[in-house]
Amino acid sequence: MDPLVLARWQFAILTIIHFFFVPLTLGISIFLAILETAYVRTGKTVYRDAVKFWGKVFLINFALGVVSGIVQEFQFGLNWSEYARFMGDIFGAPLAVEALLAFYLESTFIGVWIFGWDKVSPKVHATVLWLTAIGSNLSAIWILIANSFMQHPTGYTMKPDNTGVLMVNFGQVATNPNVLYQFPHVFFAGMSTAAFVVIGLSAYLYLKKRGDKAMLDMSVRWATIYGLIGVILVMTVGHFQGQFLVKEQPSKMAAAEALWHSEQPAHFSFFAIPDEKAQTNHLDIRIPAFLSYLSYGDFHSKVEGIDEVQKKMEAKYGPGDYIPPVGVTYWSFRLMVYSGGLMLLLLLYLWYLNSKGISLAEKPWFAKVMVWSILLPYLASTTGWMMAEIGRQPWVVYGLLRTKDGVSPASVVSGGEVLFSLLSLGVVYIVLTYVGVKLVVKHLHAAPAQTPAAAD
Amino acid sequence: MDLKTLWFILITVLFTGFFFLEGFDYGVGMLLPFLGKRDEERRAILNTIGPFWDGNEVWMITAGGALFASFPQWYATLFSGFYIPLVLMLLALIFRGVGFEFRSQKEDSGWRGTWDWLIWLGSLLPALLWGVAIANIVRGVPIDANMHYTGGFFNLLNPYALLGGITFVVLFLMHGATYLALKLTNGLEKQAARIANRMWVATLVVAVLFLLYSYPEVLSKAQYLGISLVFLGIAVVALLVDGYFLKKGEMLKAFWAGGVTILGVTAGFFAALYPNVMPSSTNPAYNLTIYNASASPTTLKVMTVVALVLVPIVLVYQGWTYYTFRQRISVKDKMTY
Ligand code: HDD
Ligand code: HEM
Ligand code: HEM
Repeated sequence: MDPLVLARWQFAILTIIHFFFVPLTLGISIFLAILETAYVRTGKTVYRDAVKFWGKVFLINFALGVVSGIVQEFQFGLNWSEYARFMGDIFGAPLAVEALLAFYLESTFIGVWIFGWDKVSPKVHATVLWLTAIGSNLSAIWILIANSFMQHPTGYTMKPDNTGVLMVNFGQVATNPNVLYQFPHVFFAGMSTAAFVVIGLSAYLYLKKRGDKAMLDMSVRWATIYGLIGVILVMTVGHFQGQFLVKEQPSKMAAAEALWHSEQPAHFSFFAIPDEKAQTNHLDIRIPAFLSYLSYGDFHSKVEGIDEVQKKMEAKYGPGDYIPPVGVTYWSFRLMVYSGGLMLLLLLYLWYLNSKGISLAEKPWFAKVMVWSILLPYLASTTGWMMAEIGRQPWVVYGLLRTKDGVSPASVVSGGEVLFSLLSLGVVYIVLTYVGVKLVVKHLHAAPAQTPAAAD
Repeated sequence: MDLKTLWFILITVLFTGFFFLEGFDYGVGMLLPFLGKRDEERRAILNTIGPFWDGNEVWMITAGGALFASFPQWYATLFSGFYIPLVLMLLALIFRGVGFEFRSQKEDSGWRGTWDWLIWLGSLLPALLWGVAIANIVRGVPIDANMHYTGGFFNLLNPYALLGGITFVVLFLMHGATYLALKLTNGLEKQAARIANRMWVATLVVAVLFLLYSYPEVLSKAQYLGISLVFLGIAVVALLVDGYFLKKGEMLKAFWAGGVTILGVTAGFFAALYPNVMPSSTNPAYNLTIYNASASPTTLKVMTVVALVLVPIVLVYQGWTYYTFRQRISVKDKMTY
């Protein structure tokens, strides 16, 4: 059993599951803080009821985010010890700052929030939720600073013997241009996720004729606006992020577009089945010159294809295969972007309904669609990370360290040991995720049935 | 003082904070199914640490992150080397953390019982395994010239390390029982106090054995034996003082004395380690030390500023939360879940 392959599967599976919980925490903590502030300002109980109702979903999700996060903190030591040695001088610092600045904040104040409803004043209680939300989002900034170094190293120099990186300028590490796109992208992805969860679960309750209708109507109205802001901005930022990558990680973008040969102007592929052996696409549906536009904002620029990138990288780094798996990268990019587009359309229609004063409850078919649409932001986030991380291969630190050189040596960590941790942690994660979803459903079913009078 | 030494001290401080705070958390978790007979009692026991356990656990996460930042080689050798125990500990912490949040979501007694025992296991295992890990670190493990651990799993289960694990377990049981005696009412606090007294006797016996065993295994090789003995001496005196207050029923004083015991033990063993961070039992030339395992001066400088600014702020707001939830928990309280 090759420990490298297992270690990669382990990292991918555990991190993706960790990131199931992350975007909802990021987005819904702020959403709830806004609602609780509205309660403190107006004294209207509908806001407080909403905070308590969605708060339960938030907490179930938060617990799973925390426990899967603890594993993350130690994964770099477990399976990636050579990566940790190579990167330690740079990578540990943001991780430690994240813990000191963000994890203490969120974990301490969420305790006060859960247990403090009648221990502290409403104002303090709302403040405590803001501090939790700020803590969560600060943690995202710092972990993404760490990840951005892997995508686009800055502020470093190599050790004289080339066995690792050395920090030169912490400011440059922390203001990595990559994170200036990545953090907003993840932040707005979090807003979109929270909106779809609140709307989708409300829709489920409408269909089951349960829950406090006034509270649900209010939640859906606020979530629609919140989600629209999130989706529009995640798409906008994503566009500029793509342009940044065309310059900084051409191998990733060439693979994400399945552009086998350089083109001028370059056509945008809408749907294709990449064939990595033959280095060509089957069934390619393309929009002329549009890729030039997306990449450079005009309709005539040349975009580098896989062949040219490979040649350039061989000249720079020596012989080797510098192209990530094209099919996966291409399709994860498409799935993210198409999910985003669909999310925008759904929210626009919902917004239109809201503005006409029509509740989702009166459109059962659309309510059903919105229940299933909860999956869209999760699909987009997962595929987004797959594109970012798989598209970076064969590098684990772009241009500096190959993934295969980062893994713990087989003499220290055997394939059997990795298999043990992969299976045990993987099964536990999956079971707990399932239990978490069941608990959310149970919470929905515990909402009081609507009386016929209240239902209309 | 050079930055490497400063960071060795800061790492010691983070681990001390972790064991001091999670020490009573783990103790409470280990006592849960035994002290709490009825559901309300168990809920009351859990609520004594409900608002705090996550904040306390971050002390461990911070210790891990700070280890990575300041001594990356130590982080890499330790966590890849102690692989299986670490995975077991992570599994335990997962069940524990989720248990706090999930157990009350259903009325069902089978559901709650299951989570209670998982919380118990999730508190016992980390206490035991951290004891085993610290004892192995100070004693020295097989490490080769490339800083790779070469010992395998069973090497970690030597008698000395296991005794270290048991020491942590009984010490944390005592600390947790003392905490519960401070936080509960309805007669539960009296039961907790009785347990604390009994655990004190157990701690005394085990700790004396462990200290004696430590002399040939660890202390005789320490480069700064004097400093180490000062801390261990403080630990012993504090443990005796603890016993005195436990007898008299002055639980708050006993709690602080227990805390000082944990502090003394942790600091004493880290001092015995210095300036090594992971001695090699294969060849002393392969020792990981604060010199060959540390990050660059630039990183250490940045981290020093960050830590010196942020740690005091964290202490202030964590202190505020303990103050906010200072009242005793009664089984008749309206329970927050
Ligand atoms: C963009 C956001 C993001 C990303 C990429 C990651 N995390 Fe995460 N993490 C969070 C955002 C987050 C969060 C929103 O702050 C969480 C999720 C739910 C929660 O409770 O906090 C969290 C929890 C969380 C915790 C528990 C904190 C606590 O006890 O309160 C740890 C130790 C980590 N994470 C560590 C990591 C590591 C080492 C990662 C790198 C592989 C990682 N996370 C990826
Ligand atoms: C800052 C946070 C992150 C860091 C430091 C990081 C680091 C790494 C490392 C060390 C690997 C191993 C190399 C490999 O297996 O190829 C990896 C792979 C991977 N990561 Fe990340 N990652 C981070 C965030 C994420 C997140 C949040 C996700 C998704 C939810 C993710 C998805 C993946 C995937 C899918 C792989 C597998 C790629 C492959 O095996 O080809 N990563 N990442
Ligand atoms: C038109 C819409 C979108 C575009 C153009 C876009 C663009 C991108 C690009 C180029 C990346 C790769 C960044 C890298 O490799 O470093 C990325 C990553 C990502 N995307 Fe999107 N995206 C869009 C929509 C969405 C939506 C709707 C979501 C979720 C709700 C989302 C979530 C993510 C996440 C979580 C990542 C990984 C983190 C990162 O690298 O920023 N994206 N996106």
